[in-house]
Amino acid sequence: MSKKLFTLMSLVIVAAMLLSSCQGAGGGKIKIAILAPLSGAVSTFGVSTRDGAILAFEEWNAKGGVLGKQIEWVVEDSQCEADPGVNAANKVIDQDGVKFIVGEVCSKASIPISEIAEAKGVVQISPTSTNVNVTLKGDGSTKAYVFRACFIDPFQGLVGAKFALSNLNAKTAFIMLDQGNDYVRGLAENFEKSFVDGGGTIVGKETYTSTDTDFSAILAKVAEAKPDVVYLPDYYNIVNLVTAQAKEKGITAPFLGGDGWDSADLDRAAADGGYFTNHYTEQDTRPIVQDWLKRYGEKYKDDQGNPKVPDALATLAYDAANLLVAAIKEAGSDDPAKVKDALAKIKWDGVSGTITFDAQHNPIKSAVILQVKDGKVNYVATVAP
Amino acid sequence: MEKSSKISALYERAIRERWIGKGFLALIAVLAVGYIGFNAKESPSLFFQQLINGLQIGFVYALVALGYTMVYGIVRLINFAHGDVFMVGAFISFFAIDRFELHIWPSKVFPAIHPNLSLLIGTLTTILMTMVFCALMAMTIERFAYKPLRTAPRISALITAIGVSFFLEYFGALPFVFTPNFITYKGPFPTTSWYIKGGIYKLESGVAPPDGSVIFSNILIIIVVTSLILLSILQFIVRRTKIGKAMRATAFDKPTARLMGINVDGVISVTFAIGAALAGAGGILYATAYRQVVFLMGIMPGLKAFISAVLGGIGSIPGALVGALILGQAEVLSAGYISTPMRDAVAFTILILVLLVRPTGIFGEPEREKA
Repeated sequence: MSKKLFTLMSLVIVAAMLLSSCQGAGGGKIKIAILAPLSGAVSTFGVSTRDGAILAFEEWNAKGGVLGKQIEWVVEDSQCEADPGVNAANKVIDQDGVKFIVGEVCSKASIPISEIAEAKGVVQISPTSTNVNVTLKGDGSTKAYVFRACFIDPFQGLVGAKFALSNLNAKTAFIMLDQGNDYVRGLAENFEKSFVDGGGTIVGKETYTSTDTDFSAILAKVAEAKPDVVYLPDYYNIVNLVTAQAKEKGITAPFLGGDGWDSADLDRAAADGGYFTNHYTEQDTRPIVQDWLKRYGEKYKDDQGNPKVPDALATLAYDAANLLVAAIKEAGSDDPAKVKDALAKIKWDGVSGTITFDAQHNPIKSAVILQVKDGKVNYVATVAP
Repeated sequence: MEKSSKISALYERAIRERWIGKGFLALIAVLAVGYIGFNAKESPSLFFQQLINGLQIGFVYALVALGYTMVYGIVRLINFAHGDVFMVGAFISFFAIDRFELHIWPSKVFPAIHPNLSLLIGTLTTILMTMVFCALMAMTIERFAYKPLRTAPRISALITAIGVSFFLEYFGALPFVFTPNFITYKGPFPTTSWYIKGGIYKLESGVAPPDGSVIFSNILIIIVVTSLILLSILQFIVRRTKIGKAMRATAFDKPTARLMGINVDGVISVTFAIGAALAGAGGILYATAYRQVVFLMGIMPGLKAFISAVLGGIGSIPGALVGALILGQAEVLSAGYISTPMRDAVAFTILILVLLVRPTGIFGEPEREKA
């Protein structure tokens, strides 16, 4: 008896679900899913991402939507993990009938989601996942339906080299790298190549391991080589150790690094005078950034009712959402196959820079240079590749 | 048949007399000295700079190595938790300085006092307090973790030591203890550097020293002076005091020492306390030199100090100092003239070679089996 009742109830629920999803797809609306970690250790990343993307959609809707249709968004908590990410992606695609996804934040969730998006012909744009495998298949070819709005890590090496050559007028550079860290190696290799191509000379290159604390032997060589700039694209913990010891050794050449320096725990006294590349800063003086700060702060308030300042995640999510809608407009259709072609050819003035995509669906756009000075981190320049 | 047994006899003799190890060691030594000598001639200032760098790290290893060697000498236990006592020492001083400003307490109590005098007294207080804390902690660990295993096989105590080591590390990593973060250590005083080039001059910040100068900092002086003072005190305690005599007697023969009325358990407890106090002081000096504390910071220095103790002859106090100074130089020179990732490889190769060629180390006595 109870088994029969259960079967009957299940049928009713399934029927209701089918009906509701039919209604959703039939309306004059374009559905876009936002997949972000709204719970767990990195939930602040997820909240910023969601808020940035929703603001973009609301602005499009206020202007009359896209292709005469309003945008409707579906938010799912994908938890920055592979399994919840896959479940969320399957749910929004199969149940909500979504054809476009903004997300995920973390590479380890974005990669499995991208497999589903690619297989089901759903356009996915990740705002902040930097792993190369998000947009590349196992055989090295590009996933046709998957894009990202952030530059991948090694790209910062290129921008760093350009900044060293043209803004710091450096002729010689010394590279310090942790050979066992892919992030560091990628940045260092790209820096070296771009710096040499731009006419600079690498006067020394030394490796260390992530467990090292004593850098005196390498720094003695740096002092001997007298480079114009020292490239150290590691995380803040190593940067703290190296820069503090460099000051003791009388090394005056500025240190230059990547977004691994971007931490509240960076020892700003030790790293004083150093520069690093990053995706975005709210100190950027360009009008598009200042305007974005104002609009975000008007919509979102913190606990005390003060306007919130958008972080890099909110900004990149905003850019990703805008790119997607702009591509739908460009394509003149909400057919994902046409939208993906439009996205591959798009040129869009985003908050984080003017974005175009390369053959691997990574954006080509400018990066910001920040300087650590007198206990603060200041905006110095925006460098285009 | 005849021939093969001859070869195997020769082979056995080579193994017994450690010819292979000795030949290999001599070859490596000749190559290393030749290579470093050649490079030193190219740039003498860089060579002397590396020697100074090695001196600094060597003295820190010496303080930690003494704890290993003393405990081993008396209870025949390799106390793997020793490196973590070093870490706790660094954190205790971090909290004392960062949260309570213990390093300048005289200025707060007597505002009229000269700032430098206040800093000196305050820093000494911080070091002493850390040493006392580490000593008490080690005595507690000894009482609860090692003493119940005094008569158990040595391997049980060794495994317990590894367990204690993990406990200290991951208890320290808890969010309400030390947290798992890399924390910047301000240290009691700022760093000042000098350079040597036809005289000694102060290095102004933001100014590059002239070519060919050798740089050293106040940190180096403090590390060397503090280590030498602590080593002299230790040598005095072991050689000239009653407790030192009791320690030597216990190390020599525990049952007989007990028969002679020595409180062996008390002596062992004191040994752990002294070793831990030295490790705690080493932790402060290390953190002052490298300006960072993190819950896993004790592992590598602990292992390196262990190598130093083995190299110098485990159980020998002067051996620990000599071993640590040699290891410091070997590390920095291999980092400077081969490559930094080779540093650890060289350190552990030294350990293997010592165990192959002369397991008793430089100052060690061959161990006699006691009846």
